[in-house]
Amino acid sequence: MTTIDAPRSPRMTRTTRRTTRGNVEMVGWLFMRISGVVLVVLIFGHLFVNLVAGEGITGINFGFVAGKWADLRWQIWDLLMLWLAMIHGANGVRTIINDYAEKDSTRLVLKVLLLTAFVTTVVLGTLVIFTFDPCPAGSPADLLPSFCTA
Amino acid sequence: MTATLSEPAAVGEVPTFDVTLRIRRFTPETHGDEAYWQEFTIQAHGTDRLLDALHKAKWDVDGSLSFRRSCAHGVCGSDAMRINGRNRLACKTLLKDLDPEKPITVEPIKGLPVIKDLIVDMEPFFASYREIMPFLVSESQKPTKERLQSAEQRERFDDTTKCILCAACTSSCPVFWTDGQYFGPAAIVNAHRFIFDSRDDAGAQRLEILNDKEGVWRCRTIFNCTEACPRGIEVTKAIQEVKRAMVTRAY
Repeated sequence: MTTIDAPRSPRMTRTTRRTTRGNVEMVGWLFMRISGVVLVVLIFGHLFVNLVAGEGITGINFGFVAGKWADLRWQIWDLLMLWLAMIHGANGVRTIINDYAEKDSTRLVLKVLLLTAFVTTVVLGTLVIFTFDPCPAGSPADLLPSFCTA
Repeated sequence: MTATLSEPAAVGEVPTFDVTLRIRRFTPETHGDEAYWQEFTIQAHGTDRLLDALHKAKWDVDGSLSFRRSCAHGVCGSDAMRINGRNRLACKTLLKDLDPEKPITVEPIKGLPVIKDLIVDMEPFFASYREIMPFLVSESQKPTKERLQSAEQRERFDDTTKCILCAACTSSCPVFWTDGQYFGPAAIVNAHRFIFDSRDDAGAQRLEILNDKEGVWRCRTIFNCTEACPRGIEVTKAIQEVKRAMVTRAY
């Protein structure tokens, strides 16, 4: 039988009420809905182009990805997908930590881990999208996208 | 315990059966500070509610068993308890609907400090309720007759006027279980009742109160409250309407 502690009893009457029109939690809540809708389009578009369109799943190789990232439109698409998905996911995990981690220290540790993972992934991903070299020197031409001149 | 008919029921006769109640008790004056389970097997009738069974246990078996009840007809909201793991009113729960073949577990509602047996301290719950200013605030000129309202204007908040403050919704909310500072569904429902009332002028103020860190944004839309409400209020829907009002106000 699990029991639940009594919640911190009668709340303090808050004398200094912050009269705000918006706050971080509201922006976060709104962001989750909007980014969710955008991500549905981005992710299913991504899955269709990669796995269904053209040669389908057999068409995926280095050349395919390199060809996509040579195009500014796909760079923007992937960048948007990366950022929205990471912020959406990280914010979701943040609310879960807030809901379930009871001790302040646990919450701090988990949030630091979350932030580290978030920053690493986003920075690395962004760097890859923008500094990607589609035609590395000295590679066999049949693995490279068609526009590479050896 | 098995529910056995004591004798073949005649046509139209109400069946009688034995039912076992498994009650979570907390009686620090005699049993120390640990809560414990106690079973009562009592005879009940097919038309009995759980409240009748509790009465029987208290009146005929163990007078120290404590629970709240006032009107006993689902209006006062005193006897909300956790019955077979679900928050319900004991006076609106028929034993025959609970499968009397098996022991029926009865616990106090969760998330509020237990005072004795099934009685909890409702003060944190009512503190949240008071904070949203559950009264009409009118800044306009006092009318000479009643404040008129059209049927449509009244319809807008009709659902949330049904609340009886039994705390079944708030104490079914996992966010409230872990964070007692959260306003909880009941307070938001009662804010909704005034925010969307055409006669009220303090809607903006109530929205600001609920825009707090422990306000509506902690709601995770899991519908526990809607499921728990003995009055059938669409609690989660009301909370979403309050959120929408905040977003449209802010932008």
